[in-house]
Amino acid sequence: MTSDTPARRRARVFSRRRGAPSRARRRVGAAVRMLAALALAGGVYTAFTPGAFAEDNTQLSTAAQQGKQLFDNSCISCHGREAQGVQDRGPSLIGVGSASVEFQVGTGRMPMARQEAQAEEKTPQFTPDETKQIAQYVQELGGGPQVPAGSLTENLKENPEALARGGELFRVNCTSCHSFTGAGGALSSGKFAPALHDVTAEHIYAAMLSGPQNMPVFGDNQLSPDEKREIITYITQQLQQDKDPGGIFNLGGYGPATEGLAIFLVGITILVFTSLWIAGKS
Amino acid sequence: MKRRKLDPAEATANFAKGVDDRFQVATPLRALLNKVFPDHWSFLLGEIALFSFIVLLLSGVFLTLFFDPSMKEVAYHGAYPALRGTEMSAAYESSLRLSFEVRGGLFMRQMHHWAALLFMASIVVHMARVFFTGAFRKPREINWVIGVLLFLLGFFAGFTGYSLPDDGLSGTGLRIASAIMLSLPVIGTWLSASIFGGEYPGELIIGRFYIAHVLLIPGILLALISVHLGIVFKQKHTQWPGPLRTNENVVGERMFPRYAMKQGGFFMAVFGVIALMAGLFQINPIWLFGPYRAAEVSSASQPDWYVMFMDGLVRLMPNWQIYFGPYSLPPLFWPAVVGLGALFTLPMLYPWLEARKLNDTRSHHLLERPRDNPERVGIGMMALTFFVVATISGANDVIADKFHISLNAMTWAGRIGLLILPPLAYYFSVRICLGLQQHDREVLAHGVETGIIRRLPNGAFIEVHQPLGPIDDHGHPVPLEYAGWVVPKKMNKLGALAPTVKGFFFPVEKPAEAPVSPAPISTSGTREEISSKS
Repeated sequence: MTSDTPARRRARVFSRRRGAPSRARRRVGAAVRMLAALALAGGVYTAFTPGAFAEDNTQLSTAAQQGKQLFDNSCISCHGREAQGVQDRGPSLIGVGSASVEFQVGTGRMPMARQEAQAEEKTPQFTPDETKQIAQYVQELGGGPQVPAGSLTENLKENPEALARGGELFRVNCTSCHSFTGAGGALSSGKFAPALHDVTAEHIYAAMLSGPQNMPVFGDNQLSPDEKREIITYITQQLQQDKDPGGIFNLGGYGPATEGLAIFLVGITILVFTSLWIAGKS
Repeated sequence: MKRRKLDPAEATANFAKGVDDRFQVATPLRALLNKVFPDHWSFLLGEIALFSFIVLLLSGVFLTLFFDPSMKEVAYHGAYPALRGTEMSAAYESSLRLSFEVRGGLFMRQMHHWAALLFMASIVVHMARVFFTGAFRKPREINWVIGVLLFLLGFFAGFTGYSLPDDGLSGTGLRIASAIMLSLPVIGTWLSASIFGGEYPGELIIGRFYIAHVLLIPGILLALISVHLGIVFKQKHTQWPGPLRTNENVVGERMFPRYAMKQGGFFMAVFGVIALMAGLFQINPIWLFGPYRAAEVSSASQPDWYVMFMDGLVRLMPNWQIYFGPYSLPPLFWPAVVGLGALFTLPMLYPWLEARKLNDTRSHHLLERPRDNPERVGIGMMALTFFVVATISGANDVIADKFHISLNAMTWAGRIGLLILPPLAYYFSVRICLGLQQHDREVLAHGVETGIIRRLPNGAFIEVHQPLGPIDDHGHPVPLEYAGWVVPKKMNKLGALAPTVKGFFFPVEKPAEAPVSPAPISTSGTREEISSKS
């Protein structure tokens, strides 16, 4: 048999016309080329992506180890061993990042009470420390977006324009689901955008980064960290504060629906009783 | 010099005499002041509309002093920090200034808006009263038609006013209005382009709506309200049947002083309720909506409640687009144009339709109790149910969200409800009317139930009835004719017990003495035998 050095192969390519190689030779040549191609592709792949084996070797930090214990107790039945997800129960958490955990677990949405259109906000099942630990574990499993350290709102004394810019961004990006007043709104088939009246700055930031439930992801390419902080400033400094003039009751901020209800329940009711009072009855 | 004593009575008389000498008004004024109005609480519902219209005019004039109906782009530098530096139209900017910088401006704006909602609500309630009591019958058909037109005008007045501040919510409403215009076959594009002065939204619409809102529509409203009241004055108000009341007379109170006092007081009450609501309840917080941008739409964007039925019909309409070769008829056309048209035309024609069906050409000045015309009540309840289902569907996203119902389920419930509930409402209201009528006739034929059970010698128990009229030789009551008015159904209405003490939380009058009939309460403590032989 002929040896199959690259030099000879190259020579063969250039001298293909000289004569047809034998059948056995063609087959061996094809097999060798195939092996070489596979080895090359595999080599490049292993070189550039962190493989499953690589993960095993890294040590989880202490916080992540504690988080893993909590995860294995409370999350594993739906999100599976190593958080890779369970068919029809829960999605994989590889790459969702700690932002997602801080929002979902921190607001009590996870663990879910039952499978339904959308997880409801509940009393959180884990303390903030425990939430951080689970978040750290998920972060170390597969990376992903993280809520940055530092202040998540703008200082309005130094930067007073941030409020108006945040309002503008809020109306462009958020109102179509959460409504102008942040009162929330319905989506299709039982899904909904929750009200923003009691949500914290951290959770808003985490939600924008991770796109929980039916919310789209507003990554740093869509809204820069500065813009996110401005939106949070508008929500926390304007919508959540009692800076909204026009009476003691804002009727939930649901717009003309509750205003129409109020005119019948309050206005018409009082005036019908007044007319009963001043006029004859049957 | 002796000072002449001023006698107030004489001075007034002299003044009035002086006026009459010059203008000869005593005779017509006497007739006017002595004009008699029937007194019933349900006749005051229309007054709520009239009085809230007056509040609308007064508060509206105040608002025009500060509002700038221009779509010129300006940058905001006002008192509200969360919009500072934002580009907006001058209309929106002046609405914000009106709300935050003009003293009492926000209160006046809220009063204007609440008064508008109250105006429309009281029109609907008044209309229901007129309909269910048959007050629209000959000779009052034209006034009924004017009433429906007043609702329609109020509808447009409200919509144009809702659009004026040029905020995010009103722009969304305007966008829908433009789409409805575009859905009209053949003329749609032309109509929308001519109203908006080109492509939506253009730069003219606020100015045009402004003149419609502050001049054209209120002018026509004022004229039609005057005609409405003039016709009531000329044709005289209807009255309930009752003792001494006939189709030819009017029994009630004179215009002056009692009726005028009551009306004046009621105006104050309406004014007070509007002011109370304007002070307590926030309405239309335009500063949160931001300036209108076509790309910004909020969830829970709804029109005011009296337009909501149309929005509801649009939400419920299935996606049925009809194609004619290269042309198409959008589904929006059916609920928004045909639906709106039918909902205004059919009520207008109803007086004639009913008269034709009943072959009734007489004039009616006595009202009918709803129970006496079950068919009419059924039709009215059918229409009202349709309206309510459509209105609720106009807010179905808010209801779905706050009551945790699927929005899809709300839409389907609305679609099915719109078809199923009105016939059910018809059936049940007709049955209820017939039952109430039957009970009245039963009492007239047999008397009032006394609650006294008597045992007959054969062991049977019967309840003793108190006849309302004379009895025949056998002791049976002579059946009385039904007069279309309240039939007493309890013994205390017949004087067996003292009448109920009037007052809501505490008595407003001294309780009447208990009547001596049927028997004085014995003080000896022994109970007397109750018998029906008397």
